[in-house]
Amino acid sequence: MADLNLNELHDTEFPLPEQMHGNVAITSLSKLYNWSRRSSMWPLLFGLACCAIEMIGTAASRFDFSRFGMEVMRATPRQSDLMIVSGTVTKKMVVPIVRLYNQMPEPKYVMAMGACASGGGPFKEGYNVVSGIDKYLPVDVYVPGCPPTPQALLHGLITLQKKIDGQSLANLDDVPWYGVGPSEPTPIPILGPDIIDPRQMDTIRRQAELAALGQPIGLRALPDVPVYKPKPKKAVAAAAVVEEVVVDEEDAARVMELRQAALARKRAYDASKS
Amino acid sequence: MTDQVLPEKVETTDVDSAIAYLKDKFPSAVSDDTRDGYSGVIVDKNKLVDVARAIRDELGYNYLSSATAVDYHTLGEPDSDMEMVYHAYPITGGGALVFKAQTPRDNPEIPSLVNVWPGADFQEREAYDLMGIRFPGHPNLKRILMWEGFLGHPLRKDWKEAYYEEDHKPFSSRWPSGNVWRAEEKNAYGKNVRYPDDFDLSRLNDVSEESLYEGLGLGVDVQAIEGTMHTDRLVVNMGPHHPSTHGVFRMVITLDGETIDTLEPVMGYLHRNHEKIGERNTYLHNMPFTDRLDYLSSMGNNLGYALAVEQLMALGPRWNPPSYRAEVIRVLMAELTRIVNHLWSIGFLLNDLGAFFTPMLYANNEREKILDFFEGVAGSRLMCNYVRFGGVFQDIPERIHSVQNMVNDRVRDFDSMKFLTELVSERLPRFLDEYEYYLSENEIIKARCINVGVLPPDEAVGYSAAGPLLRGSGIPYDVRRADPYSIYPELDFDIPVGERGDIYDRYTVRIREMRESLRILRQLLPRLEATKGESVAGTNAHTPRVPVGESYGRVENPKGELGFYVVSAGDAKGTQNPWRYHVRAPSFINLTPLGRMSHKQKVADVVTVLGSIDIVLGETDR
Ligand code: SF4
Repeated sequence: MADLNLNELHDTEFPLPEQMHGNVAITSLSKLYNWSRRSSMWPLLFGLACCAIEMIGTAASRFDFSRFGMEVMRATPRQSDLMIVSGTVTKKMVVPIVRLYNQMPEPKYVMAMGACASGGGPFKEGYNVVSGIDKYLPVDVYVPGCPPTPQALLHGLITLQKKIDGQSLANLDDVPWYGVGPSEPTPIPILGPDIIDPRQMDTIRRQAELAALGQPIGLRALPDVPVYKPKPKKAVAAAAVVEEVVVDEEDAARVMELRQAALARKRAYDASKS
Repeated sequence: MTDQVLPEKVETTDVDSAIAYLKDKFPSAVSDDTRDGYSGVIVDKNKLVDVARAIRDELGYNYLSSATAVDYHTLGEPDSDMEMVYHAYPITGGGALVFKAQTPRDNPEIPSLVNVWPGADFQEREAYDLMGIRFPGHPNLKRILMWEGFLGHPLRKDWKEAYYEEDHKPFSSRWPSGNVWRAEEKNAYGKNVRYPDDFDLSRLNDVSEESLYEGLGLGVDVQAIEGTMHTDRLVVNMGPHHPSTHGVFRMVITLDGETIDTLEPVMGYLHRNHEKIGERNTYLHNMPFTDRLDYLSSMGNNLGYALAVEQLMALGPRWNPPSYRAEVIRVLMAELTRIVNHLWSIGFLLNDLGAFFTPMLYANNEREKILDFFEGVAGSRLMCNYVRFGGVFQDIPERIHSVQNMVNDRVRDFDSMKFLTELVSERLPRFLDEYEYYLSENEIIKARCINVGVLPPDEAVGYSAAGPLLRGSGIPYDVRRADPYSIYPELDFDIPVGERGDIYDRYTVRIREMRESLRILRQLLPRLEATKGESVAGTNAHTPRVPVGESYGRVENPKGELGFYVVSAGDAKGTQNPWRYHVRAPSFINLTPLGRMSHKQKVADVVTVLGSIDIVLGETDR
């Protein structure tokens, strides 16, 4: 455990005699709670690929992330708070990963370590590679690098601690796990002819219908690329101005109308608030 | 399982007379491979097993190094446009006898060689999985890297992945005038997926226990075992998330009491499509990808790949071999890599034995020193991407400046030669002595390692085992000696071998190999001093001209023999993309005897057996 530094905890305008600062701290429950949580983040002992080697390197004596409270890495998801996705997530592996995530007790955090876990990395185009774990799980911190150096990983862990520090017990959006009932598990992907995200069943069905109609499956037509072309400034524009004014009048009226409507909406909104 | 692999007496013949012998013995079935830049013989697939037996028993080429498939879609004749390429070597040392069997790609079928070389087992399964070639006679032909039910065979040339753009890089969308879209945006699902048109969604919701074991062909009825209390047989699933599997490796073990009955390795959880991506990449693009194969020994991987491509480049114009200094630096890096890897693997072996992390942390401290050197030289600790065609990326700098070496916000730097000299002549030998003093005679280690996980020598050869696994079984086969490359012939070193072929032997072989590496390194230091100032960059390292042909480059990597099979097909100028790019991964093939070694062992020993093979999943699954 990190040393208990009372000054670090002390946070309130409540007056406290100077000489008691070392012995008594008056603090908010959120702060105390977050402090204890972030000082004992237990990562899941779980390595995927090359990045895992750097993760182990960071855990080893030279860089030693237990200095920051990542004291023990637990091999079981049920005792861990943080999942460091350290490496390439393949389609075959994402199934157990989601399972593991579902087994972790709240509050839980996910860190995407390295280019692969963040977005597919060098292997993104591979047929068995998931382009980033965030396609399946909510990610709290991304650590760039291929692999990230131990320093970068430590920085990511400290960033996560900062994030935890910012969470408030009073705000249920921050700590949804104190809401009513158990949290929803993430649906576990299925290995079919390709990986299937159960959340995308509707899209898949729609695409299957399209395919039945003989339309290409899988690809989506991209909109035309907006190509930036600077407008040539021409002196001859003076002649055109006369004509344009006619068009502008209609336009201006329309714009004016829109503005009026927007203004009315805003007024109504303000009125409803006050 | 197999017939005797090492026959009593074989006269090892050189490759030319071996080919002549084969053509003489099988006049209708064996013919020269006359394609430009190719070597070896083409064998009629109906006679393949007989010819293979002759190659093994009569000619003494008894070590099947690699077996891989190539798809000559649009390039070859329609009735023979898929082929299996086999590289066999005499275990006593010498060059390769390359033989191939061809088959039409719309109905590919080639007889299995598992009965001749059990080491072909996984490699044939891989060819089936990725290329769709069927192997009649294979005892257990099913997918190995992808899952059962996956759509198609991805390494076929006409198979396109979901994010497919073009056949070859550089993609035109990436050129300066191109408009780059994120690959996700072009995909209807926003993901790297593609489904067949006639896709049946109705039978997908099988999340039962049996579905976990479905398609493994265990030969056991999971339901029956689970439903009854009368038997001691038990199916235990280890992995893919398990601290002792060294990554995402899975074993499904059938236990009889505490004793292992069958062990089914399941892999592919880190299959990153190295070969498919490699065939889209340019030759140079692939160099950093090789780092990520065996990510503990990136320098060694770089070297193996460079050797394979250089073999081809040497046939073309404008080729200058690497300078002497470049060779010295390459060997220097390869040997340092060996130490890095063995430190790590021994540390983890002890971890598996229950010495939880203490030896590992000590070993890692020394490893970090070498990584500092790598960082100073190549710019990166782990993924060095250092070797280039015809040379290396840059010379060893005057001072080693490693950002990881930060003390109170100040980066220290060291005189590189001094750093290196101290490392190899004082620090590491001292560490090894200390390490051995505490561990090698330790009673627990001996009790748990000696005579556990034994692999007899003849089987080790038959299973195509490589590296410390092969040498631990007493076969002194080391590519650095058997088929030398770079400047190894002029260096003085021994090849440590074990006697019993158990875990303890593999452990000692690794320790002694580190000592041998240090010996090599000490010989390299004066050579480094003597060649100061010589250029180390290759002449056309960045625009390699690779003529048509095939090549197989192999190096003795810390984990075993790492081979790269590269086929180049292109116009006279030479293309920038390999047609076929295959990695003979020691971690993958060394797993073939895992089931054999674990049979009738206790369940606690299986993690040590696995640890003693020393796999790394990036290379196993590629
Ligand atoms: S980001 Fe790089 S180092 Fe990390 S897993 Fe991916 S390829 Fe390996």
